[in-house]
Amino acid sequence: MIKDLLGLKETSAEDITAILDDADKLKREVLLSENKKSNLLSGKGVITLFYENSTRTRVSFEMASKYLGATAANMSSSGSSVAKGETLIDTVKTLEAMDTDVIIIRHSMSGAPHLVARHCGCRIVNAGDGMNEHPTQALLDFMTMREEKGDIKGLKVAIIGDIKHSRVARSNIYGLKKLGAEVALAGPSTLLPKNLEEMEVKVYTDVDKAIEGADIVMGLRIQLERQKKGLFPSVREYNKYFGVDKRRLALAKPDAILMHPGPVNRGVELNPDIIDGPQSVINKQVTNGVCVRMAVLNMVANGRRYESKSK
Amino acid sequence: MSILIKGGRVVDPKNNIDKILDVLVKDGRIAKVAADIDEKADRVIDAGGKVVAPGLIDLHVHFREPGYEYKEDIETGSRAASRGGVTTVVCMPNTDPPIDNPALVKYVLDRGREVGLTNVLTVGCVTKGQQSKELSEMGELKNAGAIGVSDDGRPVINPSLMRRALEYASMFDLPVMSHSEDLDLVDGGSMNEGYMSTYLGLRGIPKCAESVAVTRDVLIAEEVGGRLHVCHVSTRNSIDAIRRAKKRGANITCETAPHYFSLTDKAVDGFNTNAKMNPPLRDEDDVNAVIEGLIDGTIDAIATDHAPHDKDEKDIEFEYALNGIVGLETSLALGYTNLVMSGKLTLSQLIEKMSTNPADIIKIDKGTLGEGKAADIVIFDTEHEYEVDPEKFASKNHNCPYGGMKLRGRVDTTILGGNIVYEREM
Repeated sequence: MIKDLLGLKETSAEDITAILDDADKLKREVLLSENKKSNLLSGKGVITLFYENSTRTRVSFEMASKYLGATAANMSSSGSSVAKGETLIDTVKTLEAMDTDVIIIRHSMSGAPHLVARHCGCRIVNAGDGMNEHPTQALLDFMTMREEKGDIKGLKVAIIGDIKHSRVARSNIYGLKKLGAEVALAGPSTLLPKNLEEMEVKVYTDVDKAIEGADIVMGLRIQLERQKKGLFPSVREYNKYFGVDKRRLALAKPDAILMHPGPVNRGVELNPDIIDGPQSVINKQVTNGVCVRMAVLNMVANGRRYESKSK
Repeated sequence: MSILIKGGRVVDPKNNIDKILDVLVKDGRIAKVAADIDEKADRVIDAGGKVVAPGLIDLHVHFREPGYEYKEDIETGSRAASRGGVTTVVCMPNTDPPIDNPALVKYVLDRGREVGLTNVLTVGCVTKGQQSKELSEMGELKNAGAIGVSDDGRPVINPSLMRRALEYASMFDLPVMSHSEDLDLVDGGSMNEGYMSTYLGLRGIPKCAESVAVTRDVLIAEEVGGRLHVCHVSTRNSIDAIRRAKKRGANITCETAPHYFSLTDKAVDGFNTNAKMNPPLRDEDDVNAVIEGLIDGTIDAIATDHAPHDKDEKDIEFEYALNGIVGLETSLALGYTNLVMSGKLTLSQLIEKMSTNPADIIKIDKGTLGEGKAADIVIFDTEHEYEVDPEKFASKNHNCPYGGMKLRGRVDTTILGGNIVYEREM
C-alpha cells in the first residue's frame, strides 16, 4: 500500500493495479452515481500546492477531493508567501501546521515532492515535478487503456513527441514497463533524452516505425518555446516529421486508440482530424483523471483500499 | 620541541623511501630519517603498524573567507584540514569580495598563520572580480604571496582573454589553475547527462561541456606557453586531451578530486544534493578513465575541491541546490581505500598525488620527508576500517555523500612545522 505517491518509479505493479481497481469502482459508485458525493475523505484536509500553472490537473484534484467529502484548499505560487521568497520546506511546514492530511504538489523542479516528503509528516501526492514524473496522469492513462483494451500486459504503446522534457512520458514508461506493456518512443533526436534504450524501450526518430502495429498512440504536448531554443527548426517541419495525422494513425492497429495528456497544440503534435476522430479517447482520459485521483487520495489519506458498496 | 616517530612505514616518494623507519623532528624540521634512531625526544610517537608520510597538500579548497563565513572560515577549514592530514591548502578566490587584490591575499595568509593548524596558501583571481573581462593585477597578487591565479567556480569565458592570462601569468611564473567549462554547453544542466539524468528527469550537463573547454585551454597553453593547471578533471575526453598534450611536451598539469574516482552519477538517485557538484559526478567509464589517468601519470594530483555549503543551500530543490561537497576529512581514506587497497596505485604513488606532486606544481619546498625540510607529517592507520560520520566533521558544514561509507586510511596524527596540530582520540 502506498504511503505517498511520489512517482511510479517508487510504486510497485501491485500498488498501481490496486489504484486502478479502486478507481474503476469509484468511477461507478461515486462519479457516475446519482449523488456524486461520498464521505470517504470527510474530516480530511487536502491542499493543492501549485508552483506551476495548471488548470486541468489542479481542478481534477480539487473535484476528486470534494466528491469524496474532503476539506480542500488551493495554494499557488503567485499571491502567496512563495512570492516573498519563502522556501519550499517552510511553506510546506506552514501548511502542515494547519493540520493538513494530504498535500498535492506541482513544482517546476524535479524531485521537489521527494524533498517535501522527507521534511513533512503529511502525505504527499506528486502532481507533476519538473521533467521527472506526473504519476496521476500516467495512472489515468492506464485506467483508460484498461477500459478500452482490457489488460495492459502485452499492449504496444507508442509515445510520440518531446520525450526529453516530458514527465508524462517518464511516468508512463515506468508504469507501463511494470505492467508488462511494450513501449515505443519517437521524437526528434534533439528531444530524445540520453540512454533512453537502457529503460528497455524502443526508441525511434521515425514516427511511422514507432506507431506501426501499436494498440495505443499517445501524443505529447510540445512546448513551442523549445523551437526558440534551437531544438527544432519550425513548427511546420515538426508537424511534418513528428505530428500524428490520419495516415500515421492508420499504421497502428485498426482498433488503436489515440491519447494525449492535453492541452493539445492542434495541428502541431496532433492533427485536428484525428483529435476529434473516433479513435480519440482524450476526453475519457480527463474523466478518468478524477477517478484515479479519488483512488489515490483515499489510499494515502486513509491508508486503505476503497471498499466497494456493492458486494 | 622534538618528536621521535618510531617504527612506522615511512613513505616518501621524493626520496624513494617506503620502509619501516624512525623519523626525528627537531626545531620544526626533519632532523633524521633512519632505522632505530636512538635519541631522546620530548615526545615519542609509536607508529608501529601505521604509515608516516609527508603532510598532504591540497591544491583546491574553498575556505569561504571573506564573505561566506557561515559556510566555512579559515579556522574551521584549517581544523578540517588538520584532521584530514592536510598540512598545506590552496584557497580558491571565489569569496565575497573575490580575492583579486593584494590586500585580500595578505588577509587570507595572515588569518591562516594566526590559526596555525595548516599552511594556508591562496591563489588570486585570473580576472578582476572573476568577471572574465579584465586581467587581475597578477604581479601584485604574486608579490602579496599568491601562488597562482584561478577564477575557480567560473571559467575564463573568452578564449583570447585566457590566452592573455596564460601569457601574462607566465611572466610571474604563476600557474593558471583553470576551471575549464563551456557554460553554453552546460545549458542549465544540474547533473551529468546520461542514463541517470534521463531517469531522474534532471537536465543534463554533457561531458563535452568540460572536454571542449579543457581542450581549448590545453591548446592555447601549448601554443603560448605558460603554466596551465587544469582543475578537477572528470571526463575521459578531458583526460585524453591532457595526455596527448603532455606527450607533445606541453607544460600542463592537472588534478582530479576523490569523488571522481569514488562515485558515479548513480549517487544522485533520490535527488541527493550531497552528490551535486561541478563538474558533476560522471559514469563508470569516466571513473575508469580518471583511475587510468592517475595510474599513467596524466593526472598529477588529487585535490579535494572542499566546498562547504550551508544546510539551507543544500536541503532544497535539486536544481536550486549549490554545487560542492566537503572533502578534507575523507580524501586520504578515499584515496587509500579506492586506489591503494584496490591495487590501482601503490601507497607511494598515492602520496605522490596528494603531497609530492602538488608541492612541485605550486613550487613550494614541501611534500617530502627529506632531512632539513619542514616537518609537515601525517601518520595514518591503514589496518582498521572506520565508518564515515559527517556529523563529526570539524568543517562548519556536513554536505558530504560518504556518510556511512566504510573506509581505511584514517588519520591518527598531523604534524605541522614540528607541532602536533591533530591527534585522534583513541
